[in-house]
Amino acid sequence: MNHYETVFILNPVLSEDQIKEAVKKFESLLSEQGAKFVNKEDWGLKKLAYPIQNKKSGFYHLLEYTVAGEAIDPLEVAFRRDERVMRYLTVKLDKHAIAWAEKRAKKLKANANA
Amino acid sequence: MSKIEEQSKGRKEGEIRYLTPLNIETNTKKKYCRFKRSGIKYVDYKDADFLLNFVNEQGKLLPRRLTGTSLKYQRKVSVAVKRARHLALMPYVADMLK
Repeated sequence: MNHYETVFILNPVLSEDQIKEAVKKFESLLSEQGAKFVNKEDWGLKKLAYPIQNKKSGFYHLLEYTVAGEAIDPLEVAFRRDERVMRYLTVKLDKHAIAWAEKRAKKLKANANA
Repeated sequence: MSKIEEQSKGRKEGEIRYLTPLNIETNTKKKYCRFKRSGIKYVDYKDADFLLNFVNEQGKLLPRRLTGTSLKYQRKVSVAVKRARHLALMPYVADMLK
């Protein structure tokens, strides 16, 4: 069970429920493979540093989970096929990255409720 | 007087003569690797404003001789910057990024 982190950008023209539905689709696709979610983040609408598919902004989502290695390829195929997703990046986390992610999540939670 | 004579003796045509020899002492403060010193073990590709310190105005990666980071962490920084660029958190080409 490796530790992974996926960040993907959704098309800004999508409506609220389309975004929810897209995120839910990828989450269910992962949980079918027996993934355990560690952290989910929604950065909301952010301005892109350069236009992608001549769109200036996008909805960023982050999923941090542990799953067996074989589940990643079908996930990436699903990302590639889905037109709502403009860009995605899946990263395997090593032990330093996991420690950093925990610290970051704690910090976000701290100043979220602070 | 002796300095001027020295310079005038070795003088070639068009050479700039200074009254006093130029001693520009560049105060080279010891460069250190900020990752080793602060004990950061992982360079996160998600916080772009931290990565901006390692990129010049055009968005290009700064060399180690300017930032002073050690080779091990310079590679982590370059991987993180390239991932941030892929996710459009940082531009590939920019002007007056800072």
